[in-house]
Amino acid sequence: MAEISMPKLEVAAAKPTLSPAGPFIQIESLSLFYGTSKALKNISVSLGEKVVTAFIGPSGCGKSTLLRCLNRMNDLIDSVHIEGAIKIGGHDIYGPEVDVIELRKRVGMVFQKSNPFPKSIYENVAYGLRLHGLKNKSELDAAVEKSLQQSALWDEVKDRLHASALGLSGGQQQRLCIARAIAIRPEIILMDEPASALDPIATAHIEELILELKKDFTIVIVTHNMQQAARISDFTAFFYLGELIEYDTTAKIFTNPAKKQTEDYVTGRFG
Amino acid sequence: MSEVQSPKSEVPGRHFRAEKFDFWSFFFSGLTGLATLFILGILATILINIIANGWPGFSWHFVSTTPKKDFFDIHTTGVFPMIVGTTFRVLVMTIFVIPVGVITAIYLTEYAPSNSLITRIIRAAVNNLAGVPSIVFGLFGLGFFINFIGKNLDVLLHNANAVWGQPALVWASLTLAVMTVPVVIVATEESLKAIPPGLREASLALGATKLETILKIVLPQALPGIMTGGILAVSRAAGEVAPILFTGVAYYMASLPTHLSDQFMDLGYHVFVLSTQSPNIEQTRPILYATVLVLLLLTFALNIVAIIIRSNIRRKMRSLH
Repeated sequence: MAEISMPKLEVAAAKPTLSPAGPFIQIESLSLFYGTSKALKNISVSLGEKVVTAFIGPSGCGKSTLLRCLNRMNDLIDSVHIEGAIKIGGHDIYGPEVDVIELRKRVGMVFQKSNPFPKSIYENVAYGLRLHGLKNKSELDAAVEKSLQQSALWDEVKDRLHASALGLSGGQQQRLCIARAIAIRPEIILMDEPASALDPIATAHIEELILELKKDFTIVIVTHNMQQAARISDFTAFFYLGELIEYDTTAKIFTNPAKKQTEDYVTGRFG
Repeated sequence: MSEVQSPKSEVPGRHFRAEKFDFWSFFFSGLTGLATLFILGILATILINIIANGWPGFSWHFVSTTPKKDFFDIHTTGVFPMIVGTTFRVLVMTIFVIPVGVITAIYLTEYAPSNSLITRIIRAAVNNLAGVPSIVFGLFGLGFFINFIGKNLDVLLHNANAVWGQPALVWASLTLAVMTVPVVIVATEESLKAIPPGLREASLALGATKLETILKIVLPQALPGIMTGGILAVSRAAGEVAPILFTGVAYYMASLPTHLSDQFMDLGYHVFVLSTQSPNIEQTRPILYATVLVLLLLTFALNIVAIIIRSNIRRKMRSLH
């Protein structure tokens, strides 16, 4: 436990610039309403490519809502409407010609509560691949193996690929959900408190995995756990009551934040 | 564990059971027990009565014989065509009622805006449909299916004689389907609502369309619930006579139904015939009881088949390969 609660900041401190290629996800003056109540207030922020960006803030601050704007999962809620724009790779994802299905292929998601399908381990990972037209058995096998290896689950499940995914432990289920998300090779992976329901050891597994995955994927993670944000993210955005209070490198946010509110939150004085 | 096993030494002053005799709690627990016994007693009485009186007339000959028009002699009569007729009408009904009920339930839970006016109207209509007396369904079937759809079908197909515009197996089955569709809708809706929303989200987040999510994730999960709806519908329909009275059942048929436009004989209706048309009540009584026993066994058998299929699906879902 002592090791886990100690932030390793040197990882984050090594990355001072947003990303080599400039901003990848641009959120521009984004406001979101649930009916008439405003949940996100005029948020503008640019996120880098192949880095880990953490969204932190107290419950109800809008960080999960913002995350769900990035793959348009909020579209599923009737009362939601948004103003402003989100651009990924320069293209407005709320534009009229955007295919939401195509967008969600590019922007994968891992949820707070692990939600494997009640199918076999193999079929869970193959589900997205099959959806997008991959039928060849040997290609499927290879893609499933690769995804499971990337999510550090292969060694634990290679002998029971065709057993039910529901027989896995909580941490394994969550890694399976990560494998399922990366199987279709998205560019971005959104993670909504992926370790909040896991024990410390399973959490450590997930965190190692995230550090590994950022070589290939852009990761945006929502977390309640400040140490976790400090350990795994390169950039951190602090939200409070639907507003973006501060956004900077993780090292800066956790050692020398510009705003008093941020300092109070990261030092645990409120929230 | 050891603490739980020896509480008295640890906490000497605490007692969890009421010391004093509590008349009202005794009274009410007794009352609930009596009510349960009463229900069981009625069921047992009916079953014992039917089995005891039906068993003497029940034989392989009885269930496998096609009777002549005079049903009232225990030595020559049989109920084979009635078993066939009842089975057919229930199966054909199932073919209609499951798709319609399931699709309606999918619309209500997955597509219709929850609690909008239209959804509430549909739900109220479904609930009211379940409360309509079965004889009304019979009259509806006669008026709508036979006199409207059937007669017009005959005109369209240029049939010289009435083929569809008369009582038939298909119309009786459709009438029963209309009667039992609320059961299937409600059972399917319940099983759809029980599926965690996280599964739908996971599928959508992988780029599945809503239809793909419903077909590949939601429906397979709901299958046991849909089967339960089917079982309830079959149980309800197998014994119903009123809805088929004007829509397809025949007093006597020389041959088995081979076509959807044929009429059919039916166990429930045959019970009615035996108990009202017999010239000699004493002589008919064993036949009557045996027929009722066959009807019970048939309903039971149809249920067992459905339950076996359902438990197979459940087992497959658990083991998955």
